[in-house]
Amino acid sequence: MPDAPGLELIRGEIERDCPAAVLATSFDRAQAALIVDPARVLDVLRWLKQQPGQRYDFLSSLHAADYLPAEPRFAVHYELINRDRVERVRVKAMLADPGSEELPEIDSCVELFPTADAQEREVYDFFGIVFRGHPNLTRILMPDDYVGWPQRRDFPVGGEPVTFTYSEQRYD
Amino acid sequence: MTEPLATIEETVDRDREIMTINIGPHHPATHGVLRLVVDLEGEMVREVRPVIGYVHTGIEKSCEDKSYWKVIPFVERMDYVSYFFQMEAFCGAVERLIDLEIPPRAKYLRTLFLELNRIHSHLVWLGTTALDLGAISMLWYCFRERDKILDLFEMATGQRMHTRYFQVGGVIEDIPLGFEAKCRAFAEEMPIRVGQYEALLDRNEVFLSRTKGTGIVSRERLLELGVTGPLLRAAGEPWDLRKAFDYLAYPEMDFKIPVGTVGDNYDRYRVRVAEMVESARIVGQCLDALPEGPFIADDRKYVLPPRSELSTSMESLIHHFKLVTEGYRVAPGEVYYSIEHPRGELGCFVLADGSAKPARVHFRDPSFVGLQAFRDMAVGGYVADMIASLGMLDPILGGVDR
Repeated sequence: MPDAPGLELIRGEIERDCPAAVLATSFDRAQAALIVDPARVLDVLRWLKQQPGQRYDFLSSLHAADYLPAEPRFAVHYELINRDRVERVRVKAMLADPGSEELPEIDSCVELFPTADAQEREVYDFFGIVFRGHPNLTRILMPDDYVGWPQRRDFPVGGEPVTFTYSEQRYD
Repeated sequence: MTEPLATIEETVDRDREIMTINIGPHHPATHGVLRLVVDLEGEMVREVRPVIGYVHTGIEKSCEDKSYWKVIPFVERMDYVSYFFQMEAFCGAVERLIDLEIPPRAKYLRTLFLELNRIHSHLVWLGTTALDLGAISMLWYCFRERDKILDLFEMATGQRMHTRYFQVGGVIEDIPLGFEAKCRAFAEEMPIRVGQYEALLDRNEVFLSRTKGTGIVSRERLLELGVTGPLLRAAGEPWDLRKAFDYLAYPEMDFKIPVGTVGDNYDRYRVRVAEMVESARIVGQCLDALPEGPFIADDRKYVLPPRSELSTSMESLIHHFKLVTEGYRVAPGEVYYSIEHPRGELGCFVLADGSAKPARVHFRDPSFVGLQAFRDMAVGGYVADMIASLGMLDPILGGVDR
């Protein structure tokens, strides 16, 4: 992990090359995080991956979280590793819920990190976050005809009636 | 009748005929409920699309409805051959959230059980994969040793699988009398057994021709695809989270990271077999250096008081009641904690919202991410090599689908 001053140094350098892309930093429980503007997330990821002396070139995990009732509600987390310095940094893009039936959108990072392919599909599947430019953004674990985004906090646990043979009528 | 046949002859290009076949979801060679849609040109694989989700049970969502200590048996059931790792990832993440230090004995016991579980997981892999390649007797030999590990688990935890042994703050019980001797005997026996497996496979003409030079994926490509663990090490990258990051008792252990050179199926086999020997060494070292002292932290706000205190101490009874009914509350925050699983990096992301239940539990499962490398392994090779590569990739579909 970069320590808190190290994180601020990284932020300062990103600020020089991509102004206003990093909105805030957080250093909590020994974990460093850069909170970025969702429209500029690719700039920051590309900088972290390609900048000489940084080389956070391994995306170990991409996942999302729903912070309901906080606003903006959703976040996409990118856990990056610098394997030379053995350091981790988290890039966090907060996404607001556009409301009604519309889905929040963010740029896909599959071009930069091919590993994100299945993980972005998983995030789309469970949170309904659309990754612009993803080559095949379909459901991955849930059935193709499933309706709803089951990992959102307002989706009830146990909201799925289990239908056995002959028991369907009871749920109608 | 001859005329229609003649027209078919004209339209079909006999040089290049693609046939799409479906393997699975219930097929013994897919090691779980994995479906492969394969485009074949004769015997050659031209395209493969893994279809997953058949055993998706919504474990991550169910965890949001359980208090922290009740999540532990849930997450164990994701990757059902490496249950201790899921427990460690979750408990470690929660311990980092509540800033709870675990006692040294618990660190060593956890390391010991993780390494026993690593051997167990590799034994299941070796037995089933060798079975796919026609070496049927390997299954019985591997499962013989696996049973000894399960006996050890049963002795210490009461369960052979899904033990719920790790708790937030340490482990639930100390190891029983006689465990150490039995475990030490196993740790000494295991390298000999591994030598016997190698004697069966390393000079086996069929096994060698099926594994050497098949399913090669370069180191750079694996890193792009986020693949870690034995697959990446077989391609020559010595990346192991046990060495890279400081967790449990691994900094005090003396072990090597086996690496391969080419990154073919044979290297993957060699790396895993060598890892079994290293894990047996770690088990021995844990037993040698096992510190005395408590096996679980003493913080009564998070850890159940000993059973014996309940009849004498009112405070203990209150703590017990609070922990068992509501559970403990965790201050808002989020933690990503990752450990070296037998298949690569297992990460656990826990988001706490201040209540007694996690707001989100996400597992970065190495099988899920590693399965993306399967297309690179299989396309351009024979369909029989595809089956060998899938065995060497070693996905556990319970972990893929969660």
